[in-house]
Amino acid sequence: MVRLPYLTALTTLLSYGILFVFGQLRDLFRKLLDSSKSNNLQGYAPICLGLEDFYTRRLYLRIQDCFGRPISSAPDAWFDVVERYSNDNNKTLQRTEKTSKCLNLGSYNYLGFAAADEYCTPRVIETLKEYSVSTCSVRVDGGTTKLHNELEELVARFVGKPAAILFGMGYVTNSAIIPALVSKGSLIISDSLNHNSIVNGARGSGATVRVFQHNSPSHLEDLLREQIAHGQPRTHRPWKKIVVIIEGIYSMEGELCNLPEIIAVCKKYKVYTYLDEAHSIGAVGKTGKGVCELLGVDPTDVDIMMGTFTKSFGSCGGYIAASKEIIQHLKRTCPAHLYATSMSPPAVQQVISALQVILGEDGTNRGAKKLAQIRENSNFFRSELQKMGFEVLGDNDSPVMPIMLYNPAKIPAFSRECLNQNVAVVTVAFPATPLLLARARICISAAHTREDLIKGLEVISKVGDLVGIKYFPVEPLKPQKVRELKKLE
Amino acid sequence: MASELMNVTANALVWISSTLDAPTRAVFFGVPIDGHLVVEVLLVVVILFQLTRKSYKPPKKPLSEKEIDELCDDWVPEPLTPQISEEMIVEPPTLESAAGPHAIVDGKEVVNFASANYLGLIGNENITDSCVGALEKYGVGSCGPRGFYGTIDVHLDCETKIAKFLGTPDSILYSYGISTIFSVIPAFCKKGDIIVADEGVHWAVQNGLYLSRSTVVYFKHNDMKSLEATLEKVTSRSKHPEKVRRYIVAEAIYQNSGQIAPLDEIVKLKEKYLFRIILDESHSFGVLGNSGRGLAEYCGVPIEKIDIITAGMGNALATDGGFCTGSMRVVDHQRLSSSGYVFSASLPPYLASAAIAAVNYLEANSSVLSDLRANIATLLNELSNVPGLVVTSHSLSPIIFLKLKKSTGSDKTDMHLLDSIANQVLKEDSVLIVTTKRSNLDKCPLPIGLRLFVSASHSEADLLKAAASLKRVASLVLS
Repeated sequence: MVRLPYLTALTTLLSYGILFVFGQLRDLFRKLLDSSKSNNLQGYAPICLGLEDFYTRRLYLRIQDCFGRPISSAPDAWFDVVERYSNDNNKTLQRTEKTSKCLNLGSYNYLGFAAADEYCTPRVIETLKEYSVSTCSVRVDGGTTKLHNELEELVARFVGKPAAILFGMGYVTNSAIIPALVSKGSLIISDSLNHNSIVNGARGSGATVRVFQHNSPSHLEDLLREQIAHGQPRTHRPWKKIVVIIEGIYSMEGELCNLPEIIAVCKKYKVYTYLDEAHSIGAVGKTGKGVCELLGVDPTDVDIMMGTFTKSFGSCGGYIAASKEIIQHLKRTCPAHLYATSMSPPAVQQVISALQVILGEDGTNRGAKKLAQIRENSNFFRSELQKMGFEVLGDNDSPVMPIMLYNPAKIPAFSRECLNQNVAVVTVAFPATPLLLARARICISAAHTREDLIKGLEVISKVGDLVGIKYFPVEPLKPQKVRELKKLE
Repeated sequence: MASELMNVTANALVWISSTLDAPTRAVFFGVPIDGHLVVEVLLVVVILFQLTRKSYKPPKKPLSEKEIDELCDDWVPEPLTPQISEEMIVEPPTLESAAGPHAIVDGKEVVNFASANYLGLIGNENITDSCVGALEKYGVGSCGPRGFYGTIDVHLDCETKIAKFLGTPDSILYSYGISTIFSVIPAFCKKGDIIVADEGVHWAVQNGLYLSRSTVVYFKHNDMKSLEATLEKVTSRSKHPEKVRRYIVAEAIYQNSGQIAPLDEIVKLKEKYLFRIILDESHSFGVLGNSGRGLAEYCGVPIEKIDIITAGMGNALATDGGFCTGSMRVVDHQRLSSSGYVFSASLPPYLASAAIAAVNYLEANSSVLSDLRANIATLLNELSNVPGLVVTSHSLSPIIFLKLKKSTGSDKTDMHLLDSIANQVLKEDSVLIVTTKRSNLDKCPLPIGLRLFVSASHSEADLLKAAASLKRVASLVLS
């Protein structure tokens, strides 16, 4: 958890206050000066009324060049970032032809499958020529190919569940599955920091939604006891079913979830569990099988396991793995299976090949090397950052590490300075994080070599000094190291 | 007796009045104490006494830990999913080749009417070449959302290409067909807004309407009189036209029935009642109009009059993903507030380059549209006298919809009959057609039926074979 020092909180609030006041002044001037301009809405209500888009217009647009940077090569360890310029103070950005090669610390490329791979790409191109780009049909009509069936079996085997079902987009997986499982009269308890797709799915299902404190099994237990004892609101009838939704790695915190305790609580109260492993499948665990393997939880204890193929497998799409009955039920009722175009066959082949590499079924040990590399890289990077005095969140072994910035002015400063020195980082602010807790988020990949990481650390340290985000004291050099240095002299 | 009672009462009254009017008996701290003052003080004391007494409330006892334990032990949850019997499990046909007009299903070659491959672009050389180039350059996935280095130059090129093709200022790409509409609607419609939607819209639109939390009113499927009456009713009730946003949601070609929305009438109504239009052109982009620019070109409506157009690219363009286009304000607003755009990884770059190649092909070869129209006309002609089934789709719709002339009364038996027709057609004559599948979450009230997706690359022999097979099997099953 993040501890916000009082002085930093005060200065951050002061900065936001000044920005807010300036924004209101500019709005006032716009109303006074532009009211004469003809309003061509003619009786229609505007798309955004009043303060609905105040944040976008007055705060986000100022630093718009830090987000949405286009690239013109594969999102590998080094990539080409397209340079943009603006003629009207960041309101619109124009592309140029120039690109600069930067170190990629922002893409979700945990196992390095993002660029053309020697095993995967030839097979993908073969599949493209055989099955063409898309099936133009939904899975239940004429969109199921041999590849889809093969991948479903492979995913089920990899994750450790009896059966699996595929979808073409990770976001849609959550939004369309949760309404198919629960409906009015059921209760969904979700972690307070769950992803937007889970929130949308829970709202779309019509069930009652309650939130428990992030990663706190004791609060979950209290909430469960209270809810089961009181039943549905107003009628006090018993709940039909209760589902607890948690994530493997929380992408904005870099933390692993407290899986063993939460599963124990859920089993005690006969509650179903839904685990979203979007960021953790393929990236953590000794053989890449996710948080269950890392934390020693049996996959049969989790009722439904969901994951995406975008992050560790370099493709697109999502899956759900569960028991045969649940998967059969979903195949008959899930709207994403019945109405959405099936996953593109080359993307399916990419996942099949990536899984074969990870499992070692391609005949080499590249998979095991990649998994060891990402673990080593994440732990090295995190410990070095902490030694330099940055406030880094997240647990060991997690490839996602947020560095706290807090102050709104430091967001563009950090991002632009790093880009000038050819390191591309991702900065996140409100509304993806709480208002006062802006951060820069680093995603480590197995494609990064030790030299890449050292260069990244150098640049981040220099920029960190300039911007002033080393909130913790720098660890002094240990006496042994000092003796070694003296010996060299 | 009466006189004695009267005497007693008279005496009592005289005594009371004398006490009350008695002259000052005492002077207490300078205040003369009259008789009535004593009574008043007594009354005040009684009132204060009552006020200070606790009123009777039944005591609130919270549940004790032991009671909560008992309740938790007693509670039995429903199973997560209901039991499914063996007969309800149906495996869809498995393709072993590309989903072109002739495909290999379960080992044998069939004529494929189940893919929405309207322009016959599956297997097109140009598209395959551009995809191979993109795969070698960019890999498969884009590994990030649009805001965090997931924007690749092909995405920007694709957006500009589509906007130029349609004649709008800009467009925005989404990474999956159905997520387009259910992200666009909640981005523009909030609680308190009014939406008038067609009752036959498909599930993704219904989900978007539900997530938007606005007031939704449905009008009868493709019935302009019903739309006008609904608009009249809704505007007469609404109080603040300048503060409440109002939208009409319709599809160009309805997926559930094959009808085409009369856009010119809708635009007239929208201008009269001051509504905005959200039009889903998934099945009409690349199909309707002289050059394939969609329903606006077909109806002769200038594209600026339609506020928001969305489309999935998984149909005519033979790729995946979706786009939304409109004025600059409409497109810019979605870049920060549309959840399917902001919180999801971007479209894989090879699919974006396939879209660019498909639009280029359509621009260069608009004769493929007349091929498609000829095929639809031929097939409709052949299917006009199928025993037991009637065609209910529009004459220009590439989705040909056949429903039972006489429904058996229950949806389940109807479904059973249609399934057996489709299975027999596939097994005996090797023609792949599909029935409407409905999820139990779908609230569409339109009838189910058989669907055939016509493609520009179907040959005349294919169409005749399909029609003959359908006539034969329908007369067997429905006699």
